[in-house]
Amino acid sequence: MNDIPLTHILFVSTALFFIGMYGLFTRRNMITMLMSVELILNSVNINFVAFNKYLFPDKLEGVFFSIFVVTIAAAEAAVAIAIIINLYRSHNSIDVEDAGEMKY
Amino acid sequence: MGIDFFILMKSELLLAVIIFILLFIKVGSKEWKNEQMLNIVNVLLLVNFIAGFFGNKDGMLFNDMFKTNQLIVLEKCILNLGTFIISLQAYTWLKNHKHVLEFYMLLLASLMGMFYMISSGNLLMFYLGLELSTIPLAALANFDLEKRKSSEAAFKLIMSSAFSSGLLLFGISMMYGTTGTLNFTELSQHLDGSALQLFAFILLFTGFAFKISVVPFHLWTADVYEGSPVAITSFLSVISKGAFIFAFISVLYNVFKPLADTWYNMLFLLSVLTMVIGNLFAIRQNNLKRFLAFSSIAQVGFILVGISGSSQAGTASVIYFILIYIFSNLGAFGVIALVSALTVKEGIEDYKGFYKTNPLLTWVLTIALFSLAGIPPTAGFFGKFFLIMAGAAKGNYTLIIIAALNMIVSLYYYLRVVKAMFMDKNEQPIEKLVINNYSKLALFICVSGIVLTGFVSWVYDYIYSLSTGF
Repeated sequence: MNDIPLTHILFVSTALFFIGMYGLFTRRNMITMLMSVELILNSVNINFVAFNKYLFPDKLEGVFFSIFVVTIAAAEAAVAIAIIINLYRSHNSIDVEDAGEMKY
Repeated sequence: MGIDFFILMKSELLLAVIIFILLFIKVGSKEWKNEQMLNIVNVLLLVNFIAGFFGNKDGMLFNDMFKTNQLIVLEKCILNLGTFIISLQAYTWLKNHKHVLEFYMLLLASLMGMFYMISSGNLLMFYLGLELSTIPLAALANFDLEKRKSSEAAFKLIMSSAFSSGLLLFGISMMYGTTGTLNFTELSQHLDGSALQLFAFILLFTGFAFKISVVPFHLWTADVYEGSPVAITSFLSVISKGAFIFAFISVLYNVFKPLADTWYNMLFLLSVLTMVIGNLFAIRQNNLKRFLAFSSIAQVGFILVGISGSSQAGTASVIYFILIYIFSNLGAFGVIALVSALTVKEGIEDYKGFYKTNPLLTWVLTIALFSLAGIPPTAGFFGKFFLIMAGAAKGNYTLIIIAALNMIVSLYYYLRVVKAMFMDKNEQPIEKLVINNYSKLALFICVSGIVLTGFVSWVYDYIYSLSTGF
């Protein structure tokens, strides 16, 4: 297991972070945007677990943090999906371009 | 532990008790009228506000995760007062709403999150408080369920807050990787300004900047403020922003003190951008809520000037300004909330000739706008004066001159509203409004706050004596 250096794992998590960011900025479907945000949060989880395992194996703070991040991501997704459902009722669409009444 | 647990976490526990009382009322009896429930809630909030002043103690809990001292208690009392005023103002709107108790449960849950965030002594606790304060707010922004704009605003709020907390978390994870701890005091001992730490710090800073709508990250503000119900708009612009600024200033001054040179330059740049762009966009707005959104962005620029002072006066002036800002912004939003709940009008054109029909409300709005603009007899002048003095102590006069020039620009758009109300003629002005006692009380508190906090020098001295040095 320790044959894989920490930098490899950090590379994966950073790539995941920026893929999530790219998805959030380019996707026009609200559900897909939500999925992109989840990617960002998961990259954070990878970071925490990797740092904890490689650099500070005697403490558990990083692992605990990642558990809390998973929980809160679920709560956030629940509220976001509820809002999207409500938005779909009035707009009949989940495309962000259709929800652009207020600008500038 | 033991009795200390209850004393130190008093504010949070009180809010939890109120939430549970409301939950029992909700589950227990269906035939209560809205008016009765609103009376009960307002009494509970008043009790909560008054109880905040008594029996306080300094201390730490949960292995230094939760800390409290007199300054933090004062900040919580300020937020409690603001929530109470908002609750009084929301009476007219909530009277005919189907979901009164849900509104208060979400609102108080959000407030509780802010309390935990302010008194956090650990990055994990801080993050949990931050999320507890933002997730219910997104649900609240959608509280006018059938309105198109309301759901659009809620979607924009939840997406931008989820993204910003993602950035903040990435910063926290990097910070954990470089220092190996989440505790604030241990963290500041491990800061050495290495490249990865600076990257992490910038991400953390960005997360904060999103929440207090500093300029490159302000794009959600105006849309969310316009779309959500007025009570939520005022909560977002005053309480939420105030709580995040309290947390921001304590994190910057205590935890990231070793990186002070770095963040001073960031604050300098961002405060100039925030003031200029906030002011320029406020000039072209015609919807009053949108107008106040951009004016509140500009106010954040002034607050950043105060924070950049990095001294005891910096902390004191920012807290003092937030107190005044609560009174003046809630005064303005109180009038707008009344007009919007009774007539559905929110444009500046609609307010032409307002003085002819509603002289009292016009005066309240005028005094509030004068205080926001910082015209001398009102408290807003003293607030801005102390902020700029705190910034000037650092000796960077370019920033101070830009801030002073921006105050002149801001006079233009505040006075434009005043001119519309007093001078412009209108064939069909807003008719005479019937104001209930709760709204009258809220407006009275706001106006007396605006007038008195400026003159009673004891307030600033008290805040200054509680603030810790840099």
